[in-house]
Amino acid sequence: MIRFDSVTKRYPDGTVAVDNLDFEAASGEITVLVGPSGCGKTTSLRMINRMIEPTSGRIWLDDKDTAKIKPAQLRRGMGYVIQHAGLFPHRTVVDNVATVPLLLGTDKRTARKRAMELLDRVGLPSNLARRYPGQLSGGQQQRVGVARALAADPPVMLMDEPFSAVDPVVRAQLQDEFLRLQQDLGKTIAFVTHDIDEAIKLGDKVAVMRAGGKLAQFAEPAELLSHPADAFVAGFVGRDRGYRALGFAESGGLATAEEDVVRLGEPLRATRDRAQDGWALVVDDERRPQGWIAVGGLADSALSGEITPDLLNLGGTLAKQSGTLREALDAALSSPSGRGVVVDDDGRFVGTLSASEVLAHIESRAASIRHDTMTSPGRGAFTSGVPT
Amino acid sequence: MTSVWDYFTSHRSEIMSWLGTTLWLAAVPLVLGLIIALPVGWLANRYRWSYPPITSAAGLLYTIPSLVLFLTLPALLGTKILAPVNVAVGLTFYTVALLVRTVADGLNSVSSDTLNAAAAMGYTGRQRFFAVQLPLAVPVIGAGLRVAAVSNVSLVSVASVIGVTQLGQLFVIGYTENSVPPTILGLIIFVVLALLFDVIILGAVRLLTPWQRAGMR
Repeated sequence: MIRFDSVTKRYPDGTVAVDNLDFEAASGEITVLVGPSGCGKTTSLRMINRMIEPTSGRIWLDDKDTAKIKPAQLRRGMGYVIQHAGLFPHRTVVDNVATVPLLLGTDKRTARKRAMELLDRVGLPSNLARRYPGQLSGGQQQRVGVARALAADPPVMLMDEPFSAVDPVVRAQLQDEFLRLQQDLGKTIAFVTHDIDEAIKLGDKVAVMRAGGKLAQFAEPAELLSHPADAFVAGFVGRDRGYRALGFAESGGLATAEEDVVRLGEPLRATRDRAQDGWALVVDDERRPQGWIAVGGLADSALSGEITPDLLNLGGTLAKQSGTLREALDAALSSPSGRGVVVDDDGRFVGTLSASEVLAHIESRAASIRHDTMTSPGRGAFTSGVPT
Repeated sequence: MTSVWDYFTSHRSEIMSWLGTTLWLAAVPLVLGLIIALPVGWLANRYRWSYPPITSAAGLLYTIPSLVLFLTLPALLGTKILAPVNVAVGLTFYTVALLVRTVADGLNSVSSDTLNAAAAMGYTGRQRFFAVQLPLAVPVIGAGLRVAAVSNVSLVSVASVIGVTQLGQLFVIGYTENSVPPTILGLIIFVVLALLFDVIILGAVRLLTPWQRAGMR
């Protein structure tokens, strides 16, 4: 647990970077500090490991006052990941990862062995271990950064925009893997980002900060989307938050319709009988959806040959049966046939659903929430979105 | 060319002894100068306000003509006017003058991300300097060291004028005896020496910075 207790950082020129901050990052959870630039989020993070000293107030690590722990000792107990990974260019990947264990006095062999395990854990092949950071891609460097932070198995991790400098595809990948890793490790994580979507995706709790180093709201992501505390938070959380909030609603209970499918390699003619409204869903031998094939309006003569991948329309997204309403709605909206494809956890086809079916489910769910809210007054206030 | 070779074979023993003097007069100041320049350069980098005065002072030091320096040092150090140590001390001054700015710039070239990360990993200030900042400054410091080495080698010959015998003596002989072979021989040896120092330093830098060559995929 990391607890900010009336923490203020005021610079000699009078600038207040962090103003009387109070919040608690619970053990085993990801607490995200998010806000526009200059809101003091990075300053707050750096006060945790005493890279910056607070002007007043205390920061507690469990029941210990961090100001009473020697900085070097405090930092060796906190993993630290930064934007450009900040790897040591003159050390090989494996030695970068072994840094903190070596500082703690672990012998070189053990430290390297542990480093190799961690590289595997963050999804890096072992043949990268002998390379230098300059030989890795940005995404790989960032993984090494995470492995290095985890090397001494610290209970606490501080992460300062760790995924901001990589392209969106790699970023999404790193985020997903990070969440999976955290599920196993259960570290107490303080995570700084300027990206509200990242905050909502990763945070168990989100602390929204505003210019001047003030805490605007501290809440769970779903709460942030549904009940922004004020106009600033509403504006910062942004548009589409009604839609994005669906990302926190499980789609369990949505009924899917059966659908005749065709397999790759079957004669094209087979689609004739199995297509609905001119579209047939194509699966592989494992019944994993591959795409849609349009057969409406084609003459029989055009239906010669086999179903091959290049004939498929790949437009639709897939919704997991155990996924969220957002995924389900997106699958329906993006599907060329208008029928969203639902799969099980192994990616096998389960059934389809239409956007109107998903919407009906959302409506009835919202109605029941409204009903609950009416019985507990004071919640559910209307907030206007502030244009950003 | 045969006369140059003849001159070398006939004066072999004294030339070899001069070569020895020249080598240590060029090498020892280089090492001492580096050892002195490291803390001074560290200071200039660590406290940015001290960078302009320190580097300006170093630059001024380098503008003192070597002859003046070699002649004044005995008075300052209380050494004999003909003692080679005067030359060694003088060249150490020049090395320091050349390297202070290089060391400061080299230390400053290390990215603040890397240094912050090192601090956040739990390196103490001293550990961080020796394990991270200094190794990463080696390419820049090495480049400065090469300049200083070549400059030292050529400055050593000036010492002949104040009577410290080393290979520069070949030029004095060439001048006083109006003879070409010793001058040419001296030129050749000095150029080879300069190249030798350069190659040794370059090799050392490469050994210390394997990551630099691994940078390209």
